[in-house]
Amino acid sequence: MLLEGKTLLITGVLMDSSIAFHVAKLAQEQGAKVVLTSFGRTMKITQTIAKRLPETPPVIELDVSNQEHLDSLAQRLGEHTDRLDGVVHSIGFAPQGAFNFLEGTWEDVATALQISAYSLKSLGVACLPLMTGGGSIVGLTFDAKFAWPVYDWMGVAKAAFESTNRYLARDLGPKGIRCNLVAAGPIRTTAAKSIPGFERFEQIWDERAPLGWNVNDPVPAAQACAALLSDWFPATTGEIIHVDGGVHAMGQ
Amino acid sequence: MAQTEQEILEGLANIVNEETGVDVADVQLDKSFTDDLDIDSLSMMTIVVNAEEAFGVRIPDDEVKNLSTVGDAVTFIKNAQG
Ligand SMILES: NC(=O)c1ccc[n+]([C@@H]2O[C@H](COP(=O)([O-])OP(=O)(O)OC[C@H]3O[C@@H](n4cnc5c(N)ncnc54)[C@H](O)[C@@H]3O)[C@@H](O)[C@H]2O)c1
Repeated sequence: MLLEGKTLLITGVLMDSSIAFHVAKLAQEQGAKVVLTSFGRTMKITQTIAKRLPETPPVIELDVSNQEHLDSLAQRLGEHTDRLDGVVHSIGFAPQGAFNFLEGTWEDVATALQISAYSLKSLGVACLPLMTGGGSIVGLTFDAKFAWPVYDWMGVAKAAFESTNRYLARDLGPKGIRCNLVAAGPIRTTAAKSIPGFERFEQIWDERAPLGWNVNDPVPAAQACAALLSDWFPATTGEIIHVDGGVHAMGQ
Repeated sequence: MAQTEQEILEGLANIVNEETGVDVADVQLDKSFTDDLDIDSLSMMTIVVNAEEAFGVRIPDDEVKNLSTVGDAVTFIKNAQG
């Protein structure tokens, strides 16, 4: 099995549509032990959804904007495991105002950057005490090379996220920790549906993906995450793997 | 394990009460989740996933916006149980 004997921390499971839910499911099927995180009022939802996994994993609280949660994470994880081999960052949030580029306020943009970009560094550092044997950190991005319709400041936050991944790769490489991202095409999740005008992405993918694209199928993105968490990318870090039906490689 | 409308209503009222503290007796078929019971979208999500577990049905995301009253939800669950 691909992830036999590995212990993984997986953030971002909200509903069973969440990309992270499918990463957790595949990871368990491939032999990994999984711990989930959730936060605030969504804790109860995650706890119920967690029961739909092959094995019900523990759910610990982590709001990535809460420094106390971050500071105590390793210690709280210690109740479930003495080490981590992999961490999945599947967290994104921007206030509605951030989806209007010319009108978005700094306050809205700052929140988007903190929760969606800076949090990759925060999460990585918070997990370091348990990653003494090296490991793999994997995050989810939406290709930030382009200006998209409606994505606006979330697109800017994703550009910062992709850069954060490269710097994290630089600083954690000497500890044997690989840092990589999966750039997924549009998938109908709770976060996606909160983006006003998300249907426009679905249209772009319908028109441009040489392999075709199914917005209701999070499994291909989850499979790429599982591969990056495995031992089969031992010399890859600071990388972005596109799981988008090929859209990133096409001209107009 | 199809249940009667009354059984579904009682089960749903308990789930709503647990999430929001709304009195079980106030969860009636004609009540609107948002306007009468003051339930926000996050509480609604919690109620939906708990109802899915309790009644052994799936309530797709796209369906949730059509469930404006308690009665709509009870009817949907009853039909889904078949
Ligand atoms: N759905 C898509 O089309 C798509 C495409 C490419 C990349 N992504 C990325 O995938 C990741 C997961 O999103 P998803 O589409 O599965 O949606 P989702 O709504 O299922 O997951 C988003 C998660 O972020 C968590 N979150 C938000 N604020 C948080 C905070 N302060 N602390 C901790 N967790 C917080 C939520 O609890 C939720 O679990 C995001 O980074 C998203 O940008 C999504």
